[in-house]
Amino acid sequence: MARIIVVTSGKGGVGKTTTAAAFAMGLAERGSKTVVIDFDVGLRNLDLIMGCERRVVYDFVNVVNGEANVGQALIKDKRNPNLFILPASQTRDKEALTIEGVDTVLKELGREFEFIVCDSPAGIEKGATLAMYFADDAIVVTNPEVSSVRDSDRMIGILSSKSRRAEQGLEGIREYLLVSRYSPDRVQRGEMLALEDVREILSLELIGVIPESQAVLNASNAGVPVILDRESSAGQAYSDMVSRYLGDELPHRFLNVEKKGLLGRLFGG
Amino acid sequence: MALLDYFRQRKSNSAAIAKERLQILVAHDRRGDGPSYLPHLQRDILRVIRKYVAIDNDAVTVNVERDGSREILELNIILPD
Repeated sequence: MARIIVVTSGKGGVGKTTTAAAFAMGLAERGSKTVVIDFDVGLRNLDLIMGCERRVVYDFVNVVNGEANVGQALIKDKRNPNLFILPASQTRDKEALTIEGVDTVLKELGREFEFIVCDSPAGIEKGATLAMYFADDAIVVTNPEVSSVRDSDRMIGILSSKSRRAEQGLEGIREYLLVSRYSPDRVQRGEMLALEDVREILSLELIGVIPESQAVLNASNAGVPVILDRESSAGQAYSDMVSRYLGDELPHRFLNVEKKGLLGRLFGG
Repeated sequence: MALLDYFRQRKSNSAAIAKERLQILVAHDRRGDGPSYLPHLQRDILRVIRKYVAIDNDAVTVNVERDGSREILELNIILPD
């Protein structure tokens, strides 16, 4: 049985797709056959972040509707043979997905893949609730910012009540917190919620802290999951997060301000 | 100019404000929305009381607290001095 992981947040623009792409690539790199699915019907973007936007022929909705089979819609990643992408439809609306349809597709994928990563759309409407419904694990992506933390808290409530696991009385979804766009120097200046503050409010197991990094924009510009930028702090932080998910215990990195010399402080930007 | 910024730097502490606001907000959100008739109930009560006393829109608060299997409807009306 495949493990189904939803990447969710409630709020938009916090880094769900960046995380889903990096996480899926990381799992594939550790040797697990992984598929990442875009649930954002009507506003697909995972294909862009993965750099396969010109190879989309059939999409998730086509498969749900029986217009194509899963094999026809899956896009094989060019960098890693373990990784496949199932893009969302760009033309339909979010009502095009049904719970039965998604169930059927996930079951079929589950026979072939070890991990199924579901990239949730923002909001708490149909696409988002379907993305989380079948999940075994959830990664709640949160920025250290009031609206994002509040929405994440709301999402955590929804995860524990509106999932297959909740409805069937099974063990609940395992929920993890991923803090992204973390800026230690702003935290030090008292301008940004500190990690401890976010954890105190959301009290979930922390799976990673992704520092604010130019590398994330560079990666999305190029259509390369940022985890492949191994020099970058964000790439390394994602790599740590994948290791933690797979059971390694690693200390969190990039939490403190890098020390600057006197000259750096006077003249550096 | 980094040199000027260095001297101009003041300790803003908006993060502390953010934390405090969030703690209150999240505690409120977690109490749940309650039954869907609550906003209507609130409006009706407001209207009835206004027949007798002039009160503000926010003078009536209606909350449902859950205590195990019991539900407590908490009604708070602030009358003017």
